[in-house]
Amino acid sequence: MASNQGGEIAVSFFRDRYGMDDRSLTRALDAALEREVDYADLYFEYTVRDSVALEEGIVKSGSRHLVQGVGVRTQVAERQGYAHSDEVTVENLELAAATARAISESPSKAHAVAVQGTGANTSNLYPVELPPTEVPISQKVELLEAIDIYARGRDPRVKQVMASIVTQHQNVLIAGSDGSLSADVRPLVRLNVQIIAEGAGGRREIGYQGMGGRYDFSRLLETATWRELVDESVRVAMLSLDAKPCPAGTMDVVLGPGWPGILLHEAIGHGLEGDFNRKKTSAFTGRIGERVASEGVTVVDDGTLEERRGSLNIDDEGTPTQRTVLIENGILCGYLQDRLNARLMGMEPTGNGRRESYAHIPMPRMTNTFMLAGNDDPEDILRSVQSGIYAVSFAGGQVDITSGKFVFSVSEAYEIENGRIGAPLKGATLIGNGPDVLTRVSRIGSDLELDRGVGTCGKDGQSVPVGVGLPTIRLDGITVGGTAS
Amino acid sequence: MSVETPRATVERAIDRARRAGASAVDAILIESDSLEARVRAAEIDFVTQARQRTLGIRALVASEQGTRSANTSTSDLSPEAVDRMAAETVTLARATAADPTAGLPDEPFAAEIPDLALFDPADRDVDVEMRIQDARAAEAAARGADPRIENSEGSQIGSNFSHVAYGNSAGFFGEYDTASHSLFSEPVARSNGGLQRDYWYTVARRLSDLEQPDSVGRRAAERVLRRLGAKRIQTSEAAVIFDPLTAPSLLSHLISCVNGYAVYRKTSYLADKLGETIATASITVIDDGTRPGGLGSKPFDGEGLPTRRTVVIDRGRLSSYLLDSYSARKLEMKSTGNAARGAGSPPTAGSTNLWLEPGQQSLDEIIASTERGLLVTELIGMGFNPVTGDYSRGAAGLWIEAGEIVGPVEEITIAGNLSEMLMDVDAIGSDLLWLGSTASPSLRISKMTIAGE
Repeated sequence: MASNQGGEIAVSFFRDRYGMDDRSLTRALDAALEREVDYADLYFEYTVRDSVALEEGIVKSGSRHLVQGVGVRTQVAERQGYAHSDEVTVENLELAAATARAISESPSKAHAVAVQGTGANTSNLYPVELPPTEVPISQKVELLEAIDIYARGRDPRVKQVMASIVTQHQNVLIAGSDGSLSADVRPLVRLNVQIIAEGAGGRREIGYQGMGGRYDFSRLLETATWRELVDESVRVAMLSLDAKPCPAGTMDVVLGPGWPGILLHEAIGHGLEGDFNRKKTSAFTGRIGERVASEGVTVVDDGTLEERRGSLNIDDEGTPTQRTVLIENGILCGYLQDRLNARLMGMEPTGNGRRESYAHIPMPRMTNTFMLAGNDDPEDILRSVQSGIYAVSFAGGQVDITSGKFVFSVSEAYEIENGRIGAPLKGATLIGNGPDVLTRVSRIGSDLELDRGVGTCGKDGQSVPVGVGLPTIRLDGITVGGTAS
Repeated sequence: MSVETPRATVERAIDRARRAGASAVDAILIESDSLEARVRAAEIDFVTQARQRTLGIRALVASEQGTRSANTSTSDLSPEAVDRMAAETVTLARATAADPTAGLPDEPFAAEIPDLALFDPADRDVDVEMRIQDARAAEAAARGADPRIENSEGSQIGSNFSHVAYGNSAGFFGEYDTASHSLFSEPVARSNGGLQRDYWYTVARRLSDLEQPDSVGRRAAERVLRRLGAKRIQTSEAAVIFDPLTAPSLLSHLISCVNGYAVYRKTSYLADKLGETIATASITVIDDGTRPGGLGSKPFDGEGLPTRRTVVIDRGRLSSYLLDSYSARKLEMKSTGNAARGAGSPPTAGSTNLWLEPGQQSLDEIIASTERGLLVTELIGMGFNPVTGDYSRGAAGLWIEAGEIVGPVEEITIAGNLSEMLMDVDAIGSDLLWLGSTASPSLRISKMTIAGE
């Protein structure tokens, strides 16, 4: 049955399975409020995750994981108390509440506002016909076997095919001491294909592509869809066999559309998360209203896009997600906020309070972060570069939020000579300074693309799915770390 | 609600999976109690306390063509949930392909469970307030070290107690307790508008083995202060020294290349290199899961086999891979007792305590003998490719001219290839430092490409 109201389903799921009705929720919140706290909330999670993986031509193993638990949180000024348990019972909930409230020393006679609500969201960004974890495993096995046969048929240099499918179905319920009740049902699917190619002289290289999002698993079964993914993996592996070492030094770089948007995530996004700015430890601290990017550069974080990997109906504190403009026409204008940091900074939450699971405290996190399209023809942008690098895909990145220095590893790149794409390059790393890098944008393409749905962001040991996007852009004078001089 | 003992839960899972048709089963139950807290300036930032239990089940279903397998995990440990999960594991296994190599180990299981000092019962009553006091002391020492340190990301403590119970249908059962305690401090310093952060930490199996809190704070402060005023440098080739905080990352890259799975899949540049010289003769690398008090120690591995000492690189020669029983069978070798196993994953190969044998020189002596080079104090990014050995990462550190540190540098990358880097190590420090399960003394590589302006 197609559902537009996952939230209502989640509310009845937790009520029926664990007895968490409005009264039990209010009672647990009351227990948390036996000491003087500003706010308390409960976060219930029930997640099923499964995966199947193929290597050496066979699906060697399948796995299925069930994660259930509840976290009780209290907030007093800047302090947070958190206790979590994997036994979801009324007794355990009250024990956890007693632990969480221990950060406050003052007793209180306050009561929580009675919890009330249906959990219904105004719209559902990711309705599915069938939870992806309920799709028969045989369908997943058959898809992986078809991918293996197809990939090996593409090129005799394909020596190894590794492919996997990971699906997840997460139910969450969030109750606040202000009486709020929010809930969500979040499907997530992912398909990964990795090719090992062997070329002249036994040289081996990897080609990787993945795709996914919050949509029906059946979409991955469409032949044209998975074949295109395999073709891309094979193409990148073959290309790498011919790649030469990347030069080192400062040069002009053209970033291709889509996944290279990881630049925004590392260089800009993390530095604009509310916690670092509230604590004044970000390289962007106190710079709202200042120019941090070239004219024409507008960067947004948008959790409301349908079916995207980084999207959410509500964040993990129950706040509806939204589109937040971070940089408008080059001027820094917004932060990403969870409840705590928004309150401490006198701002509004932006629906960016996220957590890996019930066993983690929420933090301000990105959703889908991308730059809006400009007017330049991507071909013209490439033609404008005398000598430089065209970076099409990346393996990953990292940032030091305080110094602003970021780095990311290129997995597909080419040299540019006299405006023409030349030989493929390997082993390139780009490094730069967050507050400075977007001032180096000199051209913005009209070809905005979002990534294929493979991003995972790590912060303080917590991983959450995210999305990025970028049109083709030109950056003047970026440090490229290769081995060739 | 489960009031059964860990052993009863593990045996129940094995029994139910056998009854559902599994030819072999193993199960692991990991229970943990954890405490984490962070103090920032004089205020508590957060306090988290939790108890978690996860049961992992692996079912194997043998047939003439080979063995089918699947693994599951659940944090719902009610007998009904365990029974359901055990049966589901077998159903899932039947849907996978027959693999001639899959199965429980053929090697003998651990005959005894040695006491490796992984847990001090006296620490069990650890007082939350006392540990928060440690964080406060580290925070105060870091912030009080210099007026330029006016901020921080905070000082964080952690205490974790775990009980691991593992059993299989071949009759092995073993269980043990472990603990780990840590203290981490991360100050932020400012000068001339530039902001820098750095950190120091201590981690040990016993509370009494932790470095003193004020010492942790002071060392974190020293590290952040010396980064102030960092500049970029010209692109060039020069010597690169890794300190005991950054050098273990090179061993982590090495581990990903001697892992049995990477070897049989040929996704490692060290596949087919056993017995060959892969590093300069001064390098010896050892993995030892029996090291008393070691953060990677365990009395038996993730398949119930005894852990042991394995020389991975013997004076420059690749002398062993790190293997569990599956990767060993694929390579026609024997397991090295290196099966790593979490509750949520099937066994795989991994390191236990792995280190590079120390040399004779102090870090200061290595710096003094460096004509021109970089002392790397922090690395960022994931620029290592195990298939080719290609290495390129973002770095920050201190620049050395004529044997002296001349100042901090940042926004640079260092690049090379691990196979050449291991041959080019020309100085090894005496300062082996255990800050995790992988440890290294300071190392100098004679020449790498450093990209800057």
